[in-house]
Amino acid sequence: MSAMPHAALEVQRLNCSFGALHVTRDVDLTLERGARRALIGPNGAGKTTLVNLITGVLTPTDGRVLLNGDDITATSQALRARRGIARTFQINQLFRGLTVLENICMTIGERDGNCNNLWRPAGSKRAVIDEALDHLDSLRLVDDALKLVRELPYGRQRLVEIAVALAQKPRVLLLDEPAAGVPSSESHLILDVVAALDPGIAILIIEHDMDVVMRFAREITVLVHGAVFTQGTPAEIMANEQVRAVYLGQAHGQGGGAHA
Amino acid sequence: MPQVANIAASILFDGLAYAMFLFITSVGLSVTMGLMGFVNLAHGAFAMAGGYVVVSLTRSLGVDFVPSLMIASVVIGAVSVPFERYLYRRLYKSTDLEQVLLTIGLAFMAIAAFTYFYGPIPKSVPLPAWLEGDVDLGFRSFPSYRAFLILIGGILITVLWYAFERTNIGAKIRAAVDNRRMAESVGINVDRLFTLTFALGSGLAALGGGLAIQLFGLTPSFAVIYLVLFLIVVAVGGLGSLKGTLLAALVIGIIDTGGKYAFPVAGNLFIYAVTVIVLLIKPAGFYGRE
Amino acid sequence: MAANETMTSSPAAEAARVRAAEFLVRRHYFRWPEALPWLIAIACYCVFPDRMTFGSQVLIMIMFALSLDLILGYAGIVTLGHAAFFGLGAYTVALASMKLGWSEPISGIIGGGLVAGLVGAVAGWFILRYRGLTLLMLTIAFAATLQESGNLRSDITGGYDGLPGLSFDPLLGYFQYDLYGHTNYLYALAVLAVIFFFVRRIVYSPFGQALTGIRENIRRMHAVGSPVHARLVTVYAISAAIAGVAGGLFTQSNAFVTLTVFDFDVSAKLMVMLILGGTGRLYGAFVGAFVYMAMEDKLSKLSPTFWQFGIGLLLIVAVLFARRGLVGLVEDAGRRVQKWMKQ
Repeated sequence: MSAMPHAALEVQRLNCSFGALHVTRDVDLTLERGARRALIGPNGAGKTTLVNLITGVLTPTDGRVLLNGDDITATSQALRARRGIARTFQINQLFRGLTVLENICMTIGERDGNCNNLWRPAGSKRAVIDEALDHLDSLRLVDDALKLVRELPYGRQRLVEIAVALAQKPRVLLLDEPAAGVPSSESHLILDVVAALDPGIAILIIEHDMDVVMRFAREITVLVHGAVFTQGTPAEIMANEQVRAVYLGQAHGQGGGAHA
Repeated sequence: MPQVANIAASILFDGLAYAMFLFITSVGLSVTMGLMGFVNLAHGAFAMAGGYVVVSLTRSLGVDFVPSLMIASVVIGAVSVPFERYLYRRLYKSTDLEQVLLTIGLAFMAIAAFTYFYGPIPKSVPLPAWLEGDVDLGFRSFPSYRAFLILIGGILITVLWYAFERTNIGAKIRAAVDNRRMAESVGINVDRLFTLTFALGSGLAALGGGLAIQLFGLTPSFAVIYLVLFLIVVAVGGLGSLKGTLLAALVIGIIDTGGKYAFPVAGNLFIYAVTVIVLLIKPAGFYGRE
Repeated sequence: MAANETMTSSPAAEAARVRAAEFLVRRHYFRWPEALPWLIAIACYCVFPDRMTFGSQVLIMIMFALSLDLILGYAGIVTLGHAAFFGLGAYTVALASMKLGWSEPISGIIGGGLVAGLVGAVAGWFILRYRGLTLLMLTIAFAATLQESGNLRSDITGGYDGLPGLSFDPLLGYFQYDLYGHTNYLYALAVLAVIFFFVRRIVYSPFGQALTGIRENIRRMHAVGSPVHARLVTVYAISAAIAGVAGGLFTQSNAFVTLTVFDFDVSAKLMVMLILGGTGRLYGAFVGAFVYMAMEDKLSKLSPTFWQFGIGLLLIVAVLFARRGLVGLVEDAGRRVQKWMKQ
């Protein structure tokens, strides 16, 4: 048993309640290294809540979260981030009054502990700036580097959101509806990026768009009323009558899925 | 009555009267802050204005004290509506800091204006005979005015409780305080609700201001001096909670009265100490929401 | 990285990259307008030799406003109790002189800064877990508690009547305080320059960047692993220390201190000054404190009532139309001029 490598992320019997409201029920989930897993389910199923539990925004009432075999259930959100969990939010959470480049530099600075430095000017750390520009480059955002985030169209802001998460050099990446709110003319930008992500990162993506799910996921977890309804490969899920009934409706998976 | 019990009864009575004043003046602030998340530091100015309306009514127009109180509440409540509609409404989405600054600015302007018209010297009001002196409650006598204050407070608490818990409007207010977005999505007109609540709160503040004249005297600086106290009651009680405001008013009213009696040198130390302790343990106040 | 994506090789892309990098690298360089406040300060010394006592007070307020800018303008901590640390510094210097016979001025203000900074660290550790109204009330209550506690022991603190007749040793053992406040002014200016040098470094450092991040989006900071609470406590302690130094200078320049240094009024006035000048702009503190005190000096003597009315009106106007203060207005004007010149 000890010879087996740990999964990148593991969630065991996770439960979360707010008073009488039981929002997460006995969820078991495993993300192997390099996983490409989609988390789908009807609205209110608790998908974002699950992500919040994994990242530490919420505290579970029962169960464990393991990162590479280490129990992080009691670890703070910030500490989990430094240990390799990154996420994007369903609604962009960026530093809107700062430039795109500063957003990324700040993220790298917090990652390296550079931001503990009160004395040397931020501009003197050439390595940080270069790395930030590399990240922006890979997402074709260099031209926007000096623009304030709030001046960008929403689709590009969404890309910056992903860039920030990637700048953390995570081992586990949680994407919460990365294409949500992006006009369809721009959504291919996001999807190309997601499809081309580092194969070493374990990725969990919450999505409603079945096109994206089918294209991207190697495994799917279906969440209903806070509990895992079923898990399997895309083919298995598509063939599953019950999933269709509960979530997909009558139409086949091609773009017929319920949109938020 | 034995001496200790006598003193205790006095402290409790005075503390209760003080608490009623705090409740009446602060409850409006608590509900509006809980409902709209709007930090209104001009609330004390509305109370002060109410006090001055009572002064003018009783001294210049010869209206009796109690009717003056009622008229002042209605007048200030009505006057507050254009402020809410045309000034405050622009800042509902703004940061706390901007709301603080705008309303402080308003308070400063109000203080200056009232100083100009009424002068800085403390004002008093002529009271009807039945409010002067003492009233005999059987086991001992108490100052009539304070008894009156407790009576008014009790009536208002009952009325407000009934309005909040048993009426349709009250239910809507509670729903909107709880979750504004959801309330809007079920068709509650939160904007109109807020104007109503704001007017009511300002009217109550004016009532409190009028009642305070006999207790503390009235100067324009009343608006800022007592503001801190109202903010403390609201923060300690919990935003948007009637129960919380009442409990906080009682705690602060009685502890302050008792403290000032036992250790007059300490001044307001007890109030601030209570504030710090409560907020460190329960940052949202007694009945506030996290 | 996508397999079919080549790294930037086109000259246009490369140029964009270089431009972006240069912007960040150059950000902390001194620009010539930054010399203006100091030149003006020295000019005032030459042109208004009879207003130097007032001048010292302005410099002290600038320092105090700078300390508030660090936490309010950069970290986004809304406080109406910063007078607590000003007062702690003021009383440390006063009591050190009276009770311990410690009258050396420079070590005095360093002591004041250390005491205020230490208290700031401890208080901050507790109260910076909270935000919004809770935090605001805690800051107000903290300053008020210090004031009332000071009044309890008015035998030591002199209460609201204060401790008059304090005396301090000549600066550096040589420069004696003179009646016209000349020594005071240059002393305060020198201390301000040193403090400003440190504040400027902090603001342009990665730590300063992190503070801006906390102000802009605290959720995101948690999500990228920032130890938010530690950062806030650190900046709060530093800000408290600077306020303490300002307070110490206040005592030294007035040779007098009373409990009114802890007044809510003092904290509120300070915030007005900073908002007027513009938060998060380093020089907003300079402009705001100078303009406010100059106006107060002239106008409040004419009519305190109109002064108060005017300030109230100014605040409302500032919030509605000039959210970034006077410096913000100047920046906007500058940008418009630049645009116009490019046409």
